[in-house]
Amino acid sequence: MSKTTSVELGGIGQAVKRKEDSRFIQGKGRYVEDFYLPGMVYGAFVRSPFAHARVKQIDTSAAMKVPGVLAVITAKELHGVKLAWMPTLAGDTQAVLADEKVLFQSQEVAFVVAESQYQAADGVAAVEVDYEELPVVIDPFKALEPNAPILRTDKKDQKSNRIFHWEVGDKKATEDAFRKAGVVISQKTHYQRCHPAPMETCGCVVDHNPATGHTDIYMTSQAPHAHRTVFALVAGHAGLVEHKTRVIAPDIGGGFGNKVPVYPGYVLAAVASVILGRPCKWIESRSENIQSTGFARDYHTTTELAATKEGRLLGLRVKTVADHGAFNAHANPSKWPAGLFSICTGSYDIPAADVQVDAVYTNKAPGGVAYRCSFRVTEASYIIERAMDSLARELKMDPTELRRKNFVRADQFPYATCLGWEYDSGDYHKAMQVALDAIGYDALRKEQAEKRKKGELMGIGISSFTEIVGAGPRSKFDILGLSMNDGVEIRVHPTGTVLARTGVKSQGQGHETTFAQIIAEELGIPESNITLEEGDTDTAPYGLGTYASRSTPVAGAATALAARRIREKAKKIAAYLLEASEQDIEWKDYQFQVKGVPGKAKTMAEVAFAAYTNPPPGMETGLETSYYYDPPNLTYPFGTYVCVLDIDSKTGEFKIRRFVAVDDCGTIINPMVVDGQIHGGLTEGFAIATMQEIRFDEQGNCLNGSFMDYLLPTAVETPRWELGKTVTPSPHHPIGAKGVGESPNVGSPAAFVNAFVDALSHLGVKNIDMPVTPWKIWRILREKGVA
Amino acid sequence: MIPQAFDYHAPKTLAEAVGLLARFGDDAKALSGGQSLIPLMKLRFAGPAHLVDINGIPGLDYLQEEGSTLKIGALVRQAQLEQSPVVKAKFPLLADAVRMIADPQVRNRGTLAGNLAHGDPANDQPAVMLALGAQVVIAGSKGERTLPIDKFFIGTLTTALNAGELVKEILVPIPPANSGGAYYKIERRVGDFAIVAVGSQVTLDKSGNCQKVGIGLTNAGPTPIKATKAEAFLTGKAPSEANLTEAGRLAAEMSDPASDTRAPADYKKAMVQELTIRTLRTAVARAKGGAA
Ligand SMILES: Cc1cc2nc3c(=O)[nH]c(=O)nc-3n(C[C@H](O)[C@H](O)[C@H](O)COP(=O)(O)OP(=O)(O)OC[C@H]3O[C@@H](n4cnc5c(N)ncnc54)[C@H](O)[C@@H]3O)c2cc1C
Repeated sequence: MSKTTSVELGGIGQAVKRKEDSRFIQGKGRYVEDFYLPGMVYGAFVRSPFAHARVKQIDTSAAMKVPGVLAVITAKELHGVKLAWMPTLAGDTQAVLADEKVLFQSQEVAFVVAESQYQAADGVAAVEVDYEELPVVIDPFKALEPNAPILRTDKKDQKSNRIFHWEVGDKKATEDAFRKAGVVISQKTHYQRCHPAPMETCGCVVDHNPATGHTDIYMTSQAPHAHRTVFALVAGHAGLVEHKTRVIAPDIGGGFGNKVPVYPGYVLAAVASVILGRPCKWIESRSENIQSTGFARDYHTTTELAATKEGRLLGLRVKTVADHGAFNAHANPSKWPAGLFSICTGSYDIPAADVQVDAVYTNKAPGGVAYRCSFRVTEASYIIERAMDSLARELKMDPTELRRKNFVRADQFPYATCLGWEYDSGDYHKAMQVALDAIGYDALRKEQAEKRKKGELMGIGISSFTEIVGAGPRSKFDILGLSMNDGVEIRVHPTGTVLARTGVKSQGQGHETTFAQIIAEELGIPESNITLEEGDTDTAPYGLGTYASRSTPVAGAATALAARRIREKAKKIAAYLLEASEQDIEWKDYQFQVKGVPGKAKTMAEVAFAAYTNPPPGMETGLETSYYYDPPNLTYPFGTYVCVLDIDSKTGEFKIRRFVAVDDCGTIINPMVVDGQIHGGLTEGFAIATMQEIRFDEQGNCLNGSFMDYLLPTAVETPRWELGKTVTPSPHHPIGAKGVGESPNVGSPAAFVNAFVDALSHLGVKNIDMPVTPWKIWRILREKGVA
Repeated sequence: MIPQAFDYHAPKTLAEAVGLLARFGDDAKALSGGQSLIPLMKLRFAGPAHLVDINGIPGLDYLQEEGSTLKIGALVRQAQLEQSPVVKAKFPLLADAVRMIADPQVRNRGTLAGNLAHGDPANDQPAVMLALGAQVVIAGSKGERTLPIDKFFIGTLTTALNAGELVKEILVPIPPANSGGAYYKIERRVGDFAIVAVGSQVTLDKSGNCQKVGIGLTNAGPTPIKATKAEAFLTGKAPSEANLTEAGRLAAEMSDPASDTRAPADYKKAMVQELTIRTLRTAVARAKGGAA
C-alpha cells in the first residue's frame, strides 16, 4: 500500500485553492441581497440631517399616501411593542429610532415600508420631520469640559459625557520609572475615525410566519448565534424566541468588524415583518453604511516612554480620549471596556506601565468596532510603534537598534507583561532580522544619507508589532455574558466523506478551505471530500462568531479536537476490523496500522463504512462528534514590517517604493490563504495611513460619507507587497496556529507613518497624523522652507 | 440611491432631441454618457422630470480630421479619444489628460461633450479644451451656433447652453509642427477628480521662443480657468526656467480655489504654480521633439 501524503490530502501547510472562490468568481455566491421571497416588502430609513436636534413632530400622512407605502414606523410605534431602545454589545442603550432627540447626523428617525424599493424611497422623501436644533458636540475634549451640554439626557444617571474611565497598570511604579529615566519622550497622536467599508453593505431579510411563529432572518452577520441570542433577549416578548428564530448568514462580502453590532435596520425589518406578516428586506446604501454603522478607532492618545540613556525602556504611560459617538456601541468583551488596548507594551520588555482610557459621547455615529483587529489592538500597536521611533530619534539611535535592545527575547517566553498578558511564543529578533535582510536595510540608510545631501526626501519606517487574538478563555472573555468559546460538529458519512459545521462565520477568511485542511490532516480524508458549513443557527453548533482573528485560534482548535475525538472512536473500530487490540493500533501515514505488521491497515474511509455497517458489538452506530473549545490563553502573532518611500519635495506627492512584511502566525494552515489575508490587510493599512478619515464639520455634518470622498485604494497606487515569514507555533493551540487575518492591518499603519516621519525627521518633524496626504506633507515642507 | 420618477425619451434624430428639450425646457435634461447626471439623480441632487437620451441618435460619434481641425461628435466617448491614433500623435495634452479621467468603465460611457456641458470645474476636459483653444458647436431648435470654448463656461455647473440646446460637436485646432502639450493632475487616488490639474499647450517659433501658449486650470476656482495672464506673459518669450516660473506665478494668481475635502486652498494654489511650471517644461520639451 502506498503512503498517503499531506500533499495528496490537502492537509496542513498545503496551498490548496480556495473552495469558495469558484462560486465567487463565477457570480454564484449568494448574498443577503440575492434573497427574494414571495410577498416581500422593502424598508428604508428617514435619517436625520442634523447632528443634534429635538424631534418635535413627525408627519407621516403624506408618506402614507405615496403609492405602495404600507407603513411608516416611528419611535412611537416602537414604544408600543417595547422596542424603541435596544442594548448595545457594550452594555449601553441605543435608540432603535430617534426617541425625542437625534444624536448624530444620519440617525434613523423613521422606517418606511413599501411594496418596492422605489416606493420606499419616495415614501422616505415624503415624511416630514420638524426638528429643533440643539448645540452640537463634536470635539471629544470639549465634550469632557464641565460646561459641555450633556448629550445622553435619556440616561438619568448620566451627569457628563464621559462613558467610562478605565485604567490598568501600576501608577506608582510608572512614576518611579519616569523619575529615574535618563530620557523621556511624549507623543500626541490621533488614530483617526475610519470605517471598515466592507464591499457588501449591511442588510437583512426577515421572514416572520404568523401561523407558526417561526422567524427566518437572513442577515449580514459575523456572529449569527450571538445575534440570535440578542434578538431573543431583546425581542423575545415580540415573538423572536430563540427556538423559533433562525439566523442565516449567507455569503458575506466582507465584515471587518462592521457586521458585529446589531443595527436598527435588523430590528425594524423584524418589526415590519411581524406587523405585516410578510417578509421584509432592508439593505443599506453605501452612504448609509459609512455614515451610520460601526466606525472604528478615533483614539486621541498621549504616549510617554521613559528609558535609560543607553536606550533600555523603563516605563510607559498612555492616556487616551476615545470618541465613541452618540451611543457606546463598540463591540468589546464585557470585562474589557477598552478592549485589549493594554497590549500596548507591544513587543517590548517594559517593566512598568500606566494606561488610562476615557471614553466620551459626541454627536457622531456610534461604533468603535474592531476593524480587522482584536478589540483596540490596532490603536495599541500604532502608539507604541510610533513612540519607539520617537524615542530612537531622541536617543539618536537607529530605530532597529532600539527595538533590538528592548524586544522580549525568545528565551523569555512564555512572557508575562507588566499589564497582565502572558505572551505564548515569539522570536521578535529573528522576524525583524528577516525583514531587514529582505529589504537591504543598511544600504537603504546609506542611500538616504546621500539623498539628504542633495535635498531629496526618502523615508524608511519600521513596525515590529505584537498582536493578541483568539478571545478567549471564558474566565476572562464574554460578550453580554456569553462565553467566547466556539463549537464544532463533525460527521463522517458512511462513504468516508465529511460534513463539518462551526459556530463561526467566514466573510472572506476561507474557512471552507482551511478548516477542511485541518480535518484532512487529522483524519486522513482528502480536503476535497470535506464540506464545511457555517452561518445557519438551525444547523451549526453554538459559537460567538468571526472577528478579532478568533476563528483559527478558537474554532480551528475545536475543529482539530473534534477530529481527534472522531479518531479515538475510529481507532476502536479499526482495532475490531483488524482483529487486534486497540493498544496495537497506531495512526501512521494517515491510516490505522497494526504495529509491526506492515500492510495490515485500515483507512478512515473503511472505518467510516464499518461505523454504519459493522460497528463493534456494543458500540453506538455512526461516526460523528462535537467539541466546544475554551482556549487556555490567547495567541500572540507578531512580525516586522518595513516601508520605504520617496517624497516629491515640491508637491508632497509620494510613492511607496517597497514594503516588506514578515509575519509569524504560528503554524501555517494554507500559505496561499495567509498571503491573501496579508495582502488585503496591508492594503487596508495603506488606505488608513494615507487616505481614510471620517470627518465632520462644526455642525456635525459628515464630510465624506460616500466613496467619492471616503477613498478606497485601487490596484494602481497600492504598493507591491513583499512577504516573508517566520514560524513560531503557539504552544497551547492544538495545531500551533495563531491567526493572521488582522496582523497586517494592525501592524502596517505605523510602518507607513514612521516612514513618512523618517523622511522629514531631519527637518525636526516628529509626527504627522493619519491620513498622511500630499497636502499635509507640503504644508510641513513649506513651514520648514523646503517647498 | 434611488432617483425620483422621470419620463424617458429616446429621440432618433438631433432635431427631435432638440425639439423635446425645447418643449420641456428646464424640466428636461439631455443624457449622454450618464456618468455625471445619473449619480446626481441617484443622490436626488438632480430630479429632471424628463430625460432625453441622445445615445440612440446615429452619426454623432465621429472623430475625424478635417483640414486643420479635429472634429469630435457629441457621442464620442472618452475611451475613443484615449485609443485614437490622431490624439496620440498630435494632442499629447489630450492624450495625457484623457487617461487620467475616472476609470476605464466611466471612460467607456462618458463623452467629451457631456464632460464640457456639465460645467464642472473639477472635470478635466474643460481645462484641456481651454488650453487647446477649441470651439463648441451648439444645436438648438433655431439652428446652430459656434462658440469659442473660453465663452462657454459661465459658473459652477452652468454653461452658455440655453434650455433646449445641445452640444453637437467640438472643433479642436490641430497644433502645427513645433507644438507640444502636457497635463499634470494631482489626485487623491486614481480615478478621482483632480485636487488641481493644469494643462499646457505651447507652439515654438523658429528661434525657439513661445509663439502660442494655452494654459487651462482644473478645479482651481468656481469655473474652469484659462490662465490668460500667464499665456500673455509667456507669448513671444523664451521658455527659460525664469519665464516658466513667472508664468506659474501668474497662473496661480488667476486661480481661486476653495478648501474642501480634497485639500486646503493654499495647497491648491501652490500646486497650480508648480504644475504650470512642470507642464510647460514638458510641453516645450515635446515641442522640441523630446519624448518626455
Ligand atoms: C466615478 C467617476 C469618476 C469621475 N472622474 C472624473 C474625472 O476624474 N475627470 C473628469 O473629467 N470627469 C470625471 N467623471 C465624470 C465623467 O467624465 C463624465 O462622463 C462626464 O463629466 C460627463 O459626460 P457624460 O457623457 O457622462 O454626461 P452626462 O452625465 O450624460 O451628462 C452630464 C451633463 O451634461 C449634459 N449633457 C450631456 N451631453 C450633452 C450634450 N451633448 N449637449 C448638451 N448637454 C449635454 C447633461 O444634461 C448633464 O447635465 C467621473 C465620473 C464618475 C462616475
